[in-house]
Amino acid sequence: MSFDDAYGALTDHDDDARWAYGTGFADPLAGVPTAIPDGVDRADLAAYCLMLGDDALIMSHRLQQWVTRAPELEDELAVANIGLDLLGQARLLLTRAGEAEGSGRDEDTLAYLRDPHEFRNVLLAERSDDDFAHLVARLLVFATWRLALLDRLAASGDPVLAAIGAKGVKEVTYHREYAAQWVVRLGDGTPVSHERVQAAVDAVYPLVGELFETHEVERRLAGRGIAVEPASLRAEFDAVMAEVVAAATLRLRAATAVEPGRGRDGMHTAALGEILGEMQELARAIPDGAW
Amino acid sequence: MSDEQIRHEWPLFEVFVRAKRGLNHVHVGSLRAADHEMALHHARDLYTRRNEGVSIWVVRSADVVSSGPEDKDAFFAPSGDKVYRHPTYYSIPDSVPHI
Repeated sequence: MSFDDAYGALTDHDDDARWAYGTGFADPLAGVPTAIPDGVDRADLAAYCLMLGDDALIMSHRLQQWVTRAPELEDELAVANIGLDLLGQARLLLTRAGEAEGSGRDEDTLAYLRDPHEFRNVLLAERSDDDFAHLVARLLVFATWRLALLDRLAASGDPVLAAIGAKGVKEVTYHREYAAQWVVRLGDGTPVSHERVQAAVDAVYPLVGELFETHEVERRLAGRGIAVEPASLRAEFDAVMAEVVAAATLRLRAATAVEPGRGRDGMHTAALGEILGEMQELARAIPDGAW
Repeated sequence: MSDEQIRHEWPLFEVFVRAKRGLNHVHVGSLRAADHEMALHHARDLYTRRNEGVSIWVVRSADVVSSGPEDKDAFFAPSGDKVYRHPTYYSIPDSVPHI
């Protein structure tokens, strides 16, 4: 440290990327080898990428539906940003799914030309939000679960999944923080906001069970160090939720015995059909259209 | 108090962002938020979503003390004719190397 350059500590010389506003965007998969690792079942890898990709794609669409409906302009942008982050994850994961299955389907084909029974997202992602409290409660559960998952995925034996996990951790950390601060704000707010966010948590929690069900594809890939076993995430999820719920002066009602959803096997609620009807309408009406 | 009045209770904050190699936080705009924590979140979402910055300050607009237009002459006009306050006014002798 030299006094000749008293301001040196203020600048980060190791990274020139952001020397001007709005520059320094990077390809998240730059330098990552995309070959399918030896010994990995391609169909399993494709199915797994679809699961995680569809979670992000469908959740992203639900968040986008809040644009023009959010209570404040600032929160509308926040929710839209989160939706865009997840859309970015979905694009990488669906592209990887297409590469793994080797049938030439790209991200657009997978997003726009599959029917509901071919989607592999959990039911939590497709649920519609009755109000803003439902949105933040659902986002808190989704982000807490996904952050734990991506954090472990960053150590995956598939370099592409590892890169997607590492990138996603930074994004979803913010999603969780955003949702948590709103749940706490509403829960510890007025009697009305408390009651409404408690109702939202109660409505979302029956969908939690499915998040930690380990699918046979996940079990097989986890055995090869490629995938994350969802059951292994439960303790971290419960600890985070307990902390947020306590700060929000809310209660987690004892989970009612609900049969976990089977979204991973393509069994969905009518909500997914509505989402896809909206999302796929243009692509299906104008095949090969470009805009 | 009506809902409309409650909505407008969120105070105004001024937002300052520092780009990676900029030395200073630069004023980029303002926003409304319920408190400082929310203001930071909102500033992150409104003003750094295109990779603009690495550090954010938020300050309540009400806490900013500013000079007014009526102060302009007394504050700023007297410096207009003091050219000797600029270092370039002085010629540097050749025998002074490090300046």
